[in-house]
Amino acid sequence: MTLSLKRILLVQVFVMSCSLLGFGAIGWAQESGTSSTPIEIIGVDHAMRALTDGAWTEKKIAVAYLIEHGEPDLLPQLEELRSNVNRRVRRLMKPVINLLRNKANLVSEDSEARRAAARDLGTRGGPEALPLLKNALSTENDRWVRYDLEEAINLINLEHADPQVRLAAITKLGDLRSAFALPDLEELAQQPADNLEQQTLTNAAAEASRRIQQWHDIAGGVETLLQGLSLSSILLLMALGLAIVFGLMGVINMAHGEMMMIGAYATFVVQEIFRAYLGEQFFDYYFIFALPCAFFVAAFIGWILEGTLIRFLYGRPLETLLVTWGVGLVLIQGARVIFGDLTAVQAPSWLKGGVQIMVGVRLPHNRLFIILLAIFCVAGIYLLLYRTGIGLRIRAVLQNREMSACLGIPTRKLDAYTFAFGSGLAGLAGSALTLVGNVDPELGRNYIVDSFMVVVAGGVGKLAGTIIAALGIGTLNKLLEPSFGAVYGKVTILVLIILFLQFRPSGLFTMKGRHLDS
Amino acid sequence: MTGGLSRFGLGLLFWVMGLVLLVGIPLLNLLPQDSVFHVSDFTLNLFGKFFAFAILALGIDLIWGYTGILSLGHGVFFGLGAYAIGMHLMLEIGAEGVYGTSLPDFMVWNQVKELPWFWKPFSSFWFSLLAVVLVPMTFAAFFGFFVFRSRIRGVYFAIITQALALVAWLVFNRNETNLGGTNGLTNFKHILGYSINDPGTQRGMYVLTVFFLGLAFLLCRWITQSRAGRVLVAIRDCEQRVLFTGYSPANYKLFVFVISAGLAGIAGALYVPQVGIITPNQMGVLPSIEMAIWVAVGGRGTLTGAVVGAVGVNWTRSYLTNHFPDLWPFFLGGLFIAVVMFFPKGVVGIFSKLWTMVRVGKHKSVRPKVAEATE
Repeated sequence: MTLSLKRILLVQVFVMSCSLLGFGAIGWAQESGTSSTPIEIIGVDHAMRALTDGAWTEKKIAVAYLIEHGEPDLLPQLEELRSNVNRRVRRLMKPVINLLRNKANLVSEDSEARRAAARDLGTRGGPEALPLLKNALSTENDRWVRYDLEEAINLINLEHADPQVRLAAITKLGDLRSAFALPDLEELAQQPADNLEQQTLTNAAAEASRRIQQWHDIAGGVETLLQGLSLSSILLLMALGLAIVFGLMGVINMAHGEMMMIGAYATFVVQEIFRAYLGEQFFDYYFIFALPCAFFVAAFIGWILEGTLIRFLYGRPLETLLVTWGVGLVLIQGARVIFGDLTAVQAPSWLKGGVQIMVGVRLPHNRLFIILLAIFCVAGIYLLLYRTGIGLRIRAVLQNREMSACLGIPTRKLDAYTFAFGSGLAGLAGSALTLVGNVDPELGRNYIVDSFMVVVAGGVGKLAGTIIAALGIGTLNKLLEPSFGAVYGKVTILVLIILFLQFRPSGLFTMKGRHLDS
Repeated sequence: MTGGLSRFGLGLLFWVMGLVLLVGIPLLNLLPQDSVFHVSDFTLNLFGKFFAFAILALGIDLIWGYTGILSLGHGVFFGLGAYAIGMHLMLEIGAEGVYGTSLPDFMVWNQVKELPWFWKPFSSFWFSLLAVVLVPMTFAAFFGFFVFRSRIRGVYFAIITQALALVAWLVFNRNETNLGGTNGLTNFKHILGYSINDPGTQRGMYVLTVFFLGLAFLLCRWITQSRAGRVLVAIRDCEQRVLFTGYSPANYKLFVFVISAGLAGIAGALYVPQVGIITPNQMGVLPSIEMAIWVAVGGRGTLTGAVVGAVGVNWTRSYLTNHFPDLWPFFLGGLFIAVVMFFPKGVVGIFSKLWTMVRVGKHKSVRPKVAEATE
């Protein structure tokens, strides 16, 4: 996180200095232009003509004129012109095009585009962008666009000639906790102060950068927590199906990861079908169809697996483990033969972008979607288990299989449905995973050990345990990652789980019973 | 054990087989190349590798087949033994490496200036030999102590050991642990001064492997036929009853876990000089669970089964991956399913059944003598 931020800032500083140089050149051109050949440009058309056919000095004046008076509708013309001229002129024209493009984006419907334009102007633009930004600010309603506009205005004002304006900008940037301003402010704070005025500025810059830094630390913490939440929800989605299958039937399904893989490939196939047979305008809806598809395809394969193999192995968990591992191997190789090694799913456009939680923290839509899906699944399972007849029967079988059978509950059938349901949940998880990564045949293998750890640590047969364990392990993972690194974080978590099992051998939440083995 | 064969018959079979493998095959290797009975260096080397795996399989059989504890982390112990001898062989390369320094080549790549402290003792061959057995055993004792103490068993044990394999794989893959990273340890030159690629050295390694396989077999037979061995089988069949009879299953389980880890370490140490490379991929989750299937294919709860399974599965593997590379995962997956569903007693079980049928006459029903090795 900090690394990428630093890199962005570096690039921006670089771009900024480039553009400053550019504008400086124009200023110089204006002066020299007026002194040698005084040309007056009146009207945009005149400027465009001068830019196309005029001499070098005329071109410079035309650019200056366009920066002041140009409108975005000139963009196509300018773009066309730019593609026909030499490099020197292209460089000369660049500020105009950038400014006009941002001007166009500032009135765009899409708030993301408006924000990007404001940021761009703030980091690369010069004083000429100020009226534009102020104008946009006066009509803007969206909170985060306003934030970016204000930040941009003050970033530009940092270079203002009047020290009072600079001081105000520094204070305001501190108030805004602007991350973009941090390098500049830190530089300002380092500057030697030889008079009182300079001293005030330096002090203000130091104070502002301290506030920004402090905020940055808090935001980093919040971001880590959010990442933990996101990882937790992925773990939870996977572990839920496992917990149901393992908890209810004592079946260790090592092919659970492959059910996820099947869900992911089902999503991929639905996407390809939408791409091939339906128009572009429907493409965004494919994911809505893909989710139930992934669920039912995985559930169906789970149902077949239960009917053909697992039903013969009830009560022999180690055997089940080996058989399902074999099934997993076959499924992985099958997927490899059918689909090849690596395929990617394109997320629908409504899952791109993100939600700004606070200054400096952004939750991408796909992560948010996975969190919501996990909540939805937990709620669904809860309702199914505690509010429906079939759920009542499932719980009865879980508590006492023989007695339930005596009371007329079709335990065999129930097992098949439960297993299919658990597999379907894995399919959903796989479908959700396509939003954050590639689809490959070994997709499930990467997660299976983790999800088993979640189930074991949470305690078998209790969903609350699974949820808490998923949250705990996911968050801990992300908390340990910055200081330990991904690998040693994982090692630490395994050690912690083993130590934890010393104190609670059957997990967080245990089934109450008088069996020695349970 | 195998159905109707008498103890005497079995013993005879053991010594005859041992003699053939120990003396006969290497002698055939010495025959001129154009002879019909010539065994090529490649085949000898291949079988040397298989017999190393068989030692490992004996260890797994001891803990799974006899005690009923499925460990999916034996690749780790195998890897520890393998890395112990591998580290010695790396140091024995000395200045003959690509960079001509006394440091192993991969350390030069990783810009390690000085030999890490834990590498230093491995320049002694005898220390390395000791480490081959003691490192896996100590680690197993430490891990097993915590796990068995908290009465983690059955599938929980399997899952925890699988996580252990995953973690070991992750750690050994890192460059900063100074164990060669993903590439592992390779490009060995000498062992005790002999050139490692010389057919003579390889023949020696083969003989050594068969010798250790015989020793491991005798050790396992001694354990399983002792009173402790009976307790192990009792733990497999009903741990609670053993506990209430006044034994401490945890101690017995720890004992057998440590022994089997030691066997795995020896197997790893014999494997490395013959194959010439050890990478983290040979000790990860997948190889670890495959090791269990060797034993299952051969026949759990019989020592012959473990050996037959390890050699058989690996031979099939090297045949299939050479001729039909795409088919091997299907075959392996099918093997997992078929062995559990249809041949719970493995190859040995099938043969002993056939043998009994021949002896008793096929009209009489056949009752298996060995108790179910399931739970």
